[in-house]
Amino acid sequence: MIDSYMFLEKLRDLIYGLLEYRDRVKESGLEIIPIKTGTPLVKLGFISMLKGGVIMDVTNEDQAGIAEDAGAVGVMVLDKLPYDVRMAGGVARTADLNVIEKVMNTITIPVSAKCRIGHTEEAVLLEEIGVDLIDESEVLTPVDDKAHIDKWRFKTPFVNGARNLPEALRRIFEGASMIRTKGEPGTGNVAEAVKHMKIVNRDIASLRGHYINNDLEALWVYSKENKVPYELVLLTARLGRMPVVNFAAGGIATPADAALMMWLGSDGVFVGSGIFKSSDPESRARAIVLATSYYDDPETVVEAQKMVSEKSSMLGIDIRTLKPEQLMQIRGE
Amino acid sequence: MIGVLGLQGDFLEHIQLLKEIDNVKPVIIKRSEDMSNVDALIIPGGESTTIGDLIFAKNLDKKIIEFAREGRPVLGTCAGAILLAKKVSDKIVGETGQKTLALMNITVVRNIFGRQRESFVTDVDTKIGRLKVAFIRAPGIIDAQPPAEIIGYIDHPATGRIGVLAVENNLVAATFHPEITGDKTLYQYIISLIKK
Repeated sequence: MIDSYMFLEKLRDLIYGLLEYRDRVKESGLEIIPIKTGTPLVKLGFISMLKGGVIMDVTNEDQAGIAEDAGAVGVMVLDKLPYDVRMAGGVARTADLNVIEKVMNTITIPVSAKCRIGHTEEAVLLEEIGVDLIDESEVLTPVDDKAHIDKWRFKTPFVNGARNLPEALRRIFEGASMIRTKGEPGTGNVAEAVKHMKIVNRDIASLRGHYINNDLEALWVYSKENKVPYELVLLTARLGRMPVVNFAAGGIATPADAALMMWLGSDGVFVGSGIFKSSDPESRARAIVLATSYYDDPETVVEAQKMVSEKSSMLGIDIRTLKPEQLMQIRGE
Repeated sequence: MIGVLGLQGDFLEHIQLLKEIDNVKPVIIKRSEDMSNVDALIIPGGESTTIGDLIFAKNLDKKIIEFAREGRPVLGTCAGAILLAKKVSDKIVGETGQKTLALMNITVVRNIFGRQRESFVTDVDTKIGRLKVAFIRAPGIIDAQPPAEIIGYIDHPATGRIGVLAVENNLVAATFHPEITGDKTLYQYIISLIKK
């Protein structure tokens, strides 16, 4: 107990010391306006600027230039596109830092990169070179099957994938500033992304219903059953939406895919293999940007869809032909 | 009625704040015809290259330029400020060659404080008061030629003194985000510019 007496005594001295210092600064007429970096507000504010936009997977600075010219709100630098990761097999790791730096020095829009689930050091490296957004991604081979990265420790915002609301809320609890559907990466098949977005929407609608009925017990039960903090469940129920920006990802290949995901309530879209695995990347990138912004205007989505040819779309993979061990979405729950 | 350009970016945050101000009806602008009954326009934050491309793709540029020339107030925040500027470059990349509306006689440098890691929240002293705002991969206003005038500066340890708020008659360029921190001072100022 004596330890705690001493601790509290010191704490009191510290607080009073700080107050005295503040008064002295005020009297001297010198006013210090703090400039705060890396706070949750700064991270969430940045993510908010991406809304209604498209972030495109690229593997080099030439593709990054095409993405910027097409109107992307950001690029995601990978060593291999998700489709190629799937085909290559082996261990998929974070991209070459030299390539990421080259991309950062070539384009003016935000640059993101992926690190492996649980690989804190890869994330440290990405923050060190100045990446704007880190994706702790199931596309790469996870290194920790129990814990994700503690993202509160970083000044750089993180995005994580989720297949359902509890997964999303757990990632937010770990410090993620942004969520995306997992879908099934590298398939060119939007089916799984649709499924994940609808599962999330139904959960949110049901939580909202409990909130309106003042049934806080149901929120408490949801929190217990799904292993998510009650405060985040309550926040979601009060807002009636995902508490952070929520993008669609995994299998988006055409302007109509992007517009569909926006209709389902996505705040924006990640396109992985869909652009640079097609044979018309320039016009397809531009068309997907247009369809994402004007998803609620069928005339414009038609205009966008006409900019691409279905003969040029990536062939894609039927998810039913994948073996369970080939699914990326089950990584990191 | 105040319009917020809703092509890309954080336009919903602007709408939410405007709703909290008396006698203001906010409306999202995505097409030229949406602008017919609007008294003032806000171009929000987002990616300036994306919003710019979409403005030109849907021929909104002519409508916005006409709107501004008629003397109705236009506020650009961050990306919006870039789109109002006549001259734009990037801190690292240099000349960007991006198309803007070129309505204000100001020179803007994109990403002047650095990347997202260097983004920050702070208070800024301006001629219209002290604002609590966020700078997100923010640009800076390094020059203003009459009739444009810089009316707010920040002293940043990395860059020194940089212009962050500029006015040219009915046009206002802010390189920061009042909508992220919920400061209403700039909105009141824009409303005061609406001709009765």
